[in-house]
Amino acid sequence: GTKKLNYKVEEEYPDLTKHNNHMAKVLTKELYGKLRDKQTPSGFTVDDVIQTGVDNPGHPFIMTVGCVAGDEESYEVFKDLFDPVISDRHGGYKPSDKHKTDLNFENLKGGDDLDPNYVLSSRVRTGRSIKGLTLPPHTSRGERRLIERLSVEALTSLDGEFKGKYYPLKSMTDAEQEQLINDHFLFDKPVSPLLTCAGMARDWPDARGIWHNDNKTFLVWVNEEDHLRVISMQQGGNMREVFRRFCVGLQRIEEIFKKHNHGFMWNEHLGYILTCPSNLGTGLRGGVHVKLPKLSTHPKFEEILTRLRLQKRGTGGVDTASVGGVFDISNADRLGSSEVEQVQLVVDGVKLMIEMEKKLEKGEAIDSMIPAQK
Amino acid sequence: MASSFSRILSSKRNIGILSLVGGSVTAGFLLHRDHVSAEHVRRRYPASAEFPDLRKHNNCMASNLTPAIYAKLCDKATPNGYTLDMAIQTGVDNPGHPFIKTVGMVAGDEESYEVFADLLDPVIKERHNGYDPKTMKHPTDLDSSKIQSGQFDERYVLSSRVRTGRSIRGLSLPPACTRAERREVERVVVDALSGLKDDLVGKYYSLTQMTEKEQQQLIDDHFLFDKPVSPLLTCAGMARDWPDARGIWHNNEKTFLIWINEEDHTRVISMEKGGNMKRVFDRFCRGLKEVERLIQERGWEFMWNERLGYILTCPSNLGTGLRAGVHVKLPLLSKDPRFSKILDNLRLQKRGTGGVDTAAVGGVFDISNLDRLGQSEVQLVQTVIDGVNYLIECEKRLERGQDIKVPAPIKQFK
Repeated sequence: GTKKLNYKVEEEYPDLTKHNNHMAKVLTKELYGKLRDKQTPSGFTVDDVIQTGVDNPGHPFIMTVGCVAGDEESYEVFKDLFDPVISDRHGGYKPSDKHKTDLNFENLKGGDDLDPNYVLSSRVRTGRSIKGLTLPPHTSRGERRLIERLSVEALTSLDGEFKGKYYPLKSMTDAEQEQLINDHFLFDKPVSPLLTCAGMARDWPDARGIWHNDNKTFLVWVNEEDHLRVISMQQGGNMREVFRRFCVGLQRIEEIFKKHNHGFMWNEHLGYILTCPSNLGTGLRGGVHVKLPKLSTHPKFEEILTRLRLQKRGTGGVDTASVGGVFDISNADRLGSSEVEQVQLVVDGVKLMIEMEKKLEKGEAIDSMIPAQK
Repeated sequence: MASSFSRILSSKRNIGILSLVGGSVTAGFLLHRDHVSAEHVRRRYPASAEFPDLRKHNNCMASNLTPAIYAKLCDKATPNGYTLDMAIQTGVDNPGHPFIKTVGMVAGDEESYEVFADLLDPVIKERHNGYDPKTMKHPTDLDSSKIQSGQFDERYVLSSRVRTGRSIRGLSLPPACTRAERREVERVVVDALSGLKDDLVGKYYSLTQMTEKEQQQLIDDHFLFDKPVSPLLTCAGMARDWPDARGIWHNNEKTFLIWINEEDHTRVISMEKGGNMKRVFDRFCRGLKEVERLIQERGWEFMWNERLGYILTCPSNLGTGLRAGVHVKLPLLSKDPRFSKILDNLRLQKRGTGGVDTAAVGGVFDISNLDRLGQSEVQLVQTVIDGVNYLIECEKRLERGQDIKVPAPIKQFK
């Protein structure tokens, strides 16, 4: 309510002295004062935006974002906070920069021949938000159910290689649940306080679900951290095929949504609009599970990844450690380069690292192979 | 009451009290349910599209929230902007347990109990065993001199404790308060506590500023409270901005302790090793009355009305908000199959010595009153004293190989 405005700015301003996240680095008392009497048309306030960052001071080594959007308009209304956060998170991206979208898989060079002796699986994921509706931190039950209804309508109308089925979380059978767990498709109620403090787990499991094609190579999560998370995957190293299916599937889905007057949130500055500022642009994480036991212990491993614009994770996903020398290697960038460009970096970079691994297996040095900063 | 009301109006800072009540400034307005006007919330979807799926739920909110009640209340808000969806969020997110029936909703402010009365009244009635806020009055009695035989046999009773909560009128409750309001609660209470004297003189330890040494001491004394991890609390928004404006105050003798801004504005605890419940309750009443006097001097008061007694965040703590209990050794009685029935009839509940949700260790139980609303503090503490004395008698009889009797059930509302 308006009660808040009876207090002075310094009385409401959060104590961020022990915090280490992008929001805390940017949000001065003056900026907070400037933004605190604003709200988006759906009623999202700056306190809503920053709550997750106030509640999660962060880690000395990992820099979390510390703020979320509640709707498309958040990025406009709270521009003075989001622009510098976006710049810090996305390598200096400026408010005047334009983001390129390229989902034409034919523009990708190669990518169909990553050595399967090293690459165990390939995967590309992104998110999409339905224009005109609020985002997971802010949706009401009615709106979340509408998102589910629209998504299921679109997905169940897909055919050919995309023919599939939707499994709502709240009514799947034990057998279905078991199968989805075995396929590694099932997502859990978020436990990370980064997500729960932003209100994304409210009303769980209402209107949440998983759709996948019969081939189990194209998967969509509904109403988890974003309206839709779209995932294309398969065993082995044919990233080209994974990316083809990704692009074709996404475009088919988008066509159907547009036909019903519900396009995706997108603009030429921020690309695809998603809940977390870290996923703006392409929202794309393209990666492989790859065996690099020797390279990963090489003193220059981190530097090589940085130069290739790649990041590593354990095979359990973000926040996990690698097991048996197998790493999840994916693109580090999201905003400022296109889907094709980001997947190209993964394809080229992984290819190079496999060559390095082979060299190290033979006891040879790799110094001459270390690339310049991409 | 009129004079204290006008004192609030004149000495409180610009908190916009008129906006709290939608314009009505009739003296004593806060005592009359009908004077709180609800604000209107613009909604995008019809109530039927928003109604939560409660088919797998087992809590008091889910048992009482019908689509009709939801439709009636869903577009209302308290003057502070607190809505029904906010109040029930914790109950939607926590379906409950087949054996334990949780409340499933909270109040964001004093006005919640008026604006959402159509849901809260039946929830209160269910939780408080038939107490009807529409027709009944709650007695408040903090005159500890009325207590009889409040000294337990210390071969059985290891410690005695009485706790309650108090809310500062005019400020939102933990599920809804802003950082500034929470800080104001801290300021008001800490300021008042600094005026306590004699055996109540003490010190405040702010969670944001305590030293490691202070923290360790508070842990060793079992005084320190943690950031809530229970989803019952976190889903209601009570852990927001932790640890900002949270802290612990206790007297130098470590027998009177106050938690600030945990699940309520304040939780007030009087405790001692041993079985002198009378002295524990004496200090409890004296301390509470002193704190109340000190905040009134500064133009504040506690949330209270004659239908619901002391207003707290969780409907389960309305009335007295009082839990009086002991840690007592009952190794033989606790194994007797009639133990639960005896407790029920005495209107007592058992917990493990770690508190709610823990199991007993070594035959030592936490025994306390079941009821909170509809009986006064004096009545409830007397119930605990009489009941625990009966339990100890049973234990002694079993030690001697004698049989015990299940007592007749005590009358609910006196």
